[in-house]
Amino acid sequence: MKDNNSPLTKLMQDAQLSRRGFITSASAVGITSALGFSPFSAFAAEPKKGGVLKLGMSGGNTSDTLDPTLFSDWVPLNQAYMLMNGLVEIDENNKATPELFSAWEAKPGAAEWVFTVRDGVTFHNGKKLDAGDILYSINLHRGDKSKSAIKSQLAPITGLTKQGDNQILITLDSGNADLPYLLADYHLVVVPDGFTDWSHPIGTGGYVFDQYEPGVRSLFKRNPNYWKPDRAFVDAVEVLVINDPTARTNAMISGQVHAINRVDFKTVDFLKRSPALNIVRSSGGQHFTFLMDCSVAPYNNNDVRMAIKHGIDRQKILDTVLRGYGSLGNDHPIPKTDRFFNHSLEQRVYDPDKSQFYLKKAGLADLKIELSSSDAAFAGALDAAALFQGQAQKGGIQVNIKRQPADSYWDDVWMKAPFSMGYWGGRPTADQMFSTAYQSTAKWNDTHWKDEKFDALLLQARSLLDEGKRAEIYGELQSIVRDNGGAMIPLFGDYLDAASKKVGGIKPHPMFNFMGGRLAERVWLEA
Amino acid sequence: MKKRILQRVLLGIITLWLVSVLIFIGTEMLPGDVATAILGQSATPETVAALRLQLGLDEPSMLRYLHWLAGIMHGDLGHSLANGRAISDELLPRLANTLFLAGYAAVIAIPLAVGLGIASAIWRGSVFDRLANTLTLISISVPEFFVGYILVIAFAIRLTWFPSLSMVDSSSSFIDRLYVCTLPMLTLTLVVLAHMLRMTRASVTAVMASPYIESAVLKGIPRWRIVVFHALPNALAPIINVVAFNLAYLVVGVILVEVVFVYPGIGQYMVDAVTKRDLPVVQACGLLFGGTYIFLNTTADLLAIWCNPRLRHAR
Repeated sequence: MKDNNSPLTKLMQDAQLSRRGFITSASAVGITSALGFSPFSAFAAEPKKGGVLKLGMSGGNTSDTLDPTLFSDWVPLNQAYMLMNGLVEIDENNKATPELFSAWEAKPGAAEWVFTVRDGVTFHNGKKLDAGDILYSINLHRGDKSKSAIKSQLAPITGLTKQGDNQILITLDSGNADLPYLLADYHLVVVPDGFTDWSHPIGTGGYVFDQYEPGVRSLFKRNPNYWKPDRAFVDAVEVLVINDPTARTNAMISGQVHAINRVDFKTVDFLKRSPALNIVRSSGGQHFTFLMDCSVAPYNNNDVRMAIKHGIDRQKILDTVLRGYGSLGNDHPIPKTDRFFNHSLEQRVYDPDKSQFYLKKAGLADLKIELSSSDAAFAGALDAAALFQGQAQKGGIQVNIKRQPADSYWDDVWMKAPFSMGYWGGRPTADQMFSTAYQSTAKWNDTHWKDEKFDALLLQARSLLDEGKRAEIYGELQSIVRDNGGAMIPLFGDYLDAASKKVGGIKPHPMFNFMGGRLAERVWLEA
Repeated sequence: MKKRILQRVLLGIITLWLVSVLIFIGTEMLPGDVATAILGQSATPETVAALRLQLGLDEPSMLRYLHWLAGIMHGDLGHSLANGRAISDELLPRLANTLFLAGYAAVIAIPLAVGLGIASAIWRGSVFDRLANTLTLISISVPEFFVGYILVIAFAIRLTWFPSLSMVDSSSSFIDRLYVCTLPMLTLTLVVLAHMLRMTRASVTAVMASPYIESAVLKGIPRWRIVVFHALPNALAPIINVVAFNLAYLVVGVILVEVVFVYPGIGQYMVDAVTKRDLPVVQACGLLFGGTYIFLNTTADLLAIWCNPRLRHAR
């Protein structure tokens, strides 16, 4: 794509239009062909079969495993979706759509759910998928012995039982209208009942295990019996782990790989100059945070928090640190792509006078604080901290930046330092985001913020099935976090991928890089 | 002489043991632990505790050191904490890759450096001498990843002669390996060239100032003959030392080059292990690196003793 900033491209990405929707709206203004504008030349082409898709990916390690309870990085996530299928898929409009669960229905109160298991699906070893396999796969993450990363997210499930051969009844301790979204988590991939050989996983995915060298290279071949008729086009997928951003960029430019994930914000404009490449820019829930510990002084005073929230020039940081590849945050974690995003909340802007006003209200002449930061929090965090330091000063806030070592940042600094930086990869629903990091009892309540009204409303919205009512409550929750919470959220960052123009069918997706991890089964190679 | 050699070997073994102690203490001092590193941001206290117990991290460190040492004595490097696989299974193919690259670079770099060094000594002060010295000095003065990136831009992106990634696996043929390893080999060669060249030149030049060379000159023997046959043998000891030192560097110091070219060698393995707090792997790699240094240094000392009779007797 030559010009990523053209209004049409922006429109398409912002609105997350489907292919058809985009073509209609573009031809309605009658300029598609006139300007020779083709944002993704592959859109017009039909899928082709064959070829070996080579992916250069960041987020892999020699200690990687294909055990779904231990997934914590991008490469295993992507590999898992090549070999195995999830229960529910999040589509490009951020909606939960069927995958191995073909349908579902909630009983009133949303505490009891019936899921239908997809018919006619077989594993790579020829076994037919049934409810038992799904129960086994979910139970891997539950129970006392589980060391799964999503154990606590599944804790509300009190009952998980078969109802007939292809129906599963899930009972929750309280209602949750978003249960299908919860079950879309990438850890929840399905293997045959009793399966334990994680060095050679068997699944129902579009590709079959062939070679696997953790943290280096893997090769998966096409599953000829794949149950999705319109997916998995290439004969084989080769994944090369390239963690170094420069090496990854070089591999892309020199044509050694067809696509790379996690394009560096700093070099994306340089990459974009190459005519053989598309940059795929996905807006989603990834956001960057400045975390104030609300249980200690001075951050236990909301006026201090408000002073700090007004002391940052979000636009400037967006332009410099993210080179514009993101959007402004409004001090709450819900992205524009969320169906419950509150459009009526006013965007908070840089206002040093208001900082001073709030400081005065808190009874302070000036404020001296220490910000713990590291590029481990997010790429460019130290730059953002330095910019904030200069901006906050005008509002009477003296920020001292404490540079922390990157490799122990999440252990020793995050959730421990009184004022630190961090990021969230985003969650598919507002409820998940709030209950992961803002509910007062949440394990990762990284600002130690407690608000009874917030907790009560969150619980209430979770069990409602009325979308209008829910939108109202989630809107209010966003406003409470914005004006009261301990997190300053200046920016949402886009997920950036790059792909050769030879790769067809590649699109933005609100969940993570590489089309929510399912790129391999969705793209094809042009001859 | 035997006593000298025995002493030197014994000293090497003691040094290796000291290195093992230092490695263990060093890794113990790293902040954070493997349980939290494996579980990442999503770790909760319960899952961390469960994983720690499973990995045996609750034992006291002294006990764990003794277990580790006993294992190594039996050739058992232990299991990776992060994925439970035997370390030797993963380490050996990677060690082979690293040794291949180091060997490739050594085969090119050592004759080149010694040859250029001798030539510089012969034509001391000439344009050739100054040029060789300046160019190698430049290549050693910039960090190796920078040299690597320059080579990638020139030969992989502009000229497209070589790949920017040096991925090899068990199915790669010897010729394939030579081809994909060319850029990392060149990087390493450029990095080690100057050191060996200068030492060769200095060492030969120093010997050239001795009286017996003067008498050879007076006899009318050609200059190149004097350098190669009269001066070089006596200049060998320091050259062997610097070659051994650089050989060790080619094995141990390739970490950055392996990262730049995504080469699946032992350096990259160790970097991964450090970020995951996979202590047994870090310790195994550290011990291997230490062992390489000690082995090559001891060999160099022994060779020096062998080629210089004056060193054979304790003073």
